[in-house]
Amino acid sequence: MTAPTVPARPDEDASPRPVPWRRMAWVTWRQHRFALAGVAALLGAVAVYLWLSGLQAHHDFAAAAACRPASSYACGNLLDDFNNNYGARAEAVAGLLLAVPALIGAFVGAPVIGREMETGTFRYTWTQEFGRCRWALAKLVPLAVVVTAAAGAFSVLFSWYLQPFLADGNQTPLAPTVFGLRGFAFAAWTLAAFAIGALAGMLIRRVVAAIAATLAVYAGLALAVMNFLRQHYLTPLVSRNLISPPASAWIISQWWTKGSTFIFAPWPPDIVQRQDCPDSSFGPDGPSLAGLTQCFVRHGYTRWTSYQPASRFWPFQWIEGGWLLALSVLLLAATVWQVRRRAA
Amino acid sequence: MSMNVLEASGLGKRYGRTWALRECTLEIPAGRVAALVGPNGAGKTTLLNLAVGLTAPTAGAVTVLGGRPAGAPAALAGIAFVAQDTPLYRNLSAADMMHVTRNLNRRFDQPYAKARLAELGIPLSRKAGKLSGGQQAQLALTLALARRPRLLVLDEPVAMLDPVARRDFMDTVLTAAAGDGVSVVLSSHVLADLERVAGYLVLLSRGRVQVAGEVAGLLAAHRLDSLEELALGYLRENPAEVTR
Repeated sequence: MTAPTVPARPDEDASPRPVPWRRMAWVTWRQHRFALAGVAALLGAVAVYLWLSGLQAHHDFAAAAACRPASSYACGNLLDDFNNNYGARAEAVAGLLLAVPALIGAFVGAPVIGREMETGTFRYTWTQEFGRCRWALAKLVPLAVVVTAAAGAFSVLFSWYLQPFLADGNQTPLAPTVFGLRGFAFAAWTLAAFAIGALAGMLIRRVVAAIAATLAVYAGLALAVMNFLRQHYLTPLVSRNLISPPASAWIISQWWTKGSTFIFAPWPPDIVQRQDCPDSSFGPDGPSLAGLTQCFVRHGYTRWTSYQPASRFWPFQWIEGGWLLALSVLLLAATVWQVRRRAA
Repeated sequence: MSMNVLEASGLGKRYGRTWALRECTLEIPAGRVAALVGPNGAGKTTLLNLAVGLTAPTAGAVTVLGGRPAGAPAALAGIAFVAQDTPLYRNLSAADMMHVTRNLNRRFDQPYAKARLAELGIPLSRKAGKLSGGQQAQLALTLALARRPRLLVLDEPVAMLDPVARRDFMDTVLTAAAGDGVSVVLSSHVLADLERVAGYLVLLSRGRVQVAGEVAGLLAAHRLDSLEELALGYLRENPAEVTR
């Protein structure tokens, strides 16, 4: 066998210029185009649904909103129909969308480095001239930017879809089910999920296990934020007695005091009701809350309600987007640091 | 050329509480095919991983190509490494693998790589995972040589190959070493593979260098005929090693 010979080398530079960053662009694209196509297909399919369903919802809502006189039975019917037709559907869509960042983190983020570790190809890649830290950055940063931008664009569409449901001011935009799908939050959650996936893949070195870990960590983080953390971003406002928070506010908690002692929350127990306000204007639909409140206030109780007003939507978006962005940067930096120090 | 392609001083690597390699002091001169020989678990892969910068040493230091710290950009630019089991992206075609390698290095001799793959009968459009073991090894070697390295590092390159593929592979290595002046450091636990090619021997066992030197000189000093006898002789002095 006569092998072609290797031609003479040019004189070698002992301190070479680095291989240009743009060279990695093709490599990243070639290796992750199917994952990106998957994201595009997933978001694209949901976007088409949101667009078609949203057009119809906007149309029907506009018809119901234009109905005059607004207080008439027919107009009320139109609004009821709108809520019956679209309300549950919008809730279901929102519920499904909460899982989208987790899926992107698991199926795009986790394999980025995890697959290289699992198959051993990192031994090939990390010994090329490009260098392993730069390689990790050149994969993680563009992919992170792309999935974040896609999620951001998608959440604009979702905000439009949701408009009719928030228009009457009876729903709070801070509700846990929809807050994370609008504004910066959806993009930030997607970025965080991607970063969680990337680090999990690097640490676990097995794609399937990293996917499972990503889903679990993401779900835990999202639930903790929804249920415990988000309500503390800004000190809640507190209203007293008969002054109720606006319908668009996010009610955090309600409690009663007498003197300066905490008595009960959120509503008086039956036994207290029977004792103090046995006949406090029970209406046909059960006790009227306003009547009950009045009665208790007469008895010297004070009702307190803490809430976040709807006007805090954007401050909350900035806060949530900001700390998620910081967390993501930290996680991605930790991933690169792991690549740097990882022994083969 | 008096440069050393690999220099280690007091080099050691510990995984947990086990030393995979310890107190390794070594100078491998340029222009040779240097064979790293020893039983499984002797520390061959550890030494090579240290030399190409995949692993950081626990103790001591290792430099390549005349004093460049292992793993530094200047070192990576001059070394091509083919790891054990020749890891390739299985879902990429040979052409794509070539393109990836070209993009990850400033120097890549595409005409050489294409001509070599054509000669080997490796279809450019075939996925790396669909190639035979011998073809995968040859593809990995071709990609490494097309980077025009000054040092080629091979970790157990032929362990998984059949005898014909072994010979073809070693021929390619020899051509590069003899014709193009590429220095080669390769590890193997199959001594027969090395007989034809090795000019320099490093014998490792239990994480320590037992002997290192020119094969011809070592053979003459011990009045032996073959590398195999030489290596076995050293290993037998340490009976515990042979049974490992």
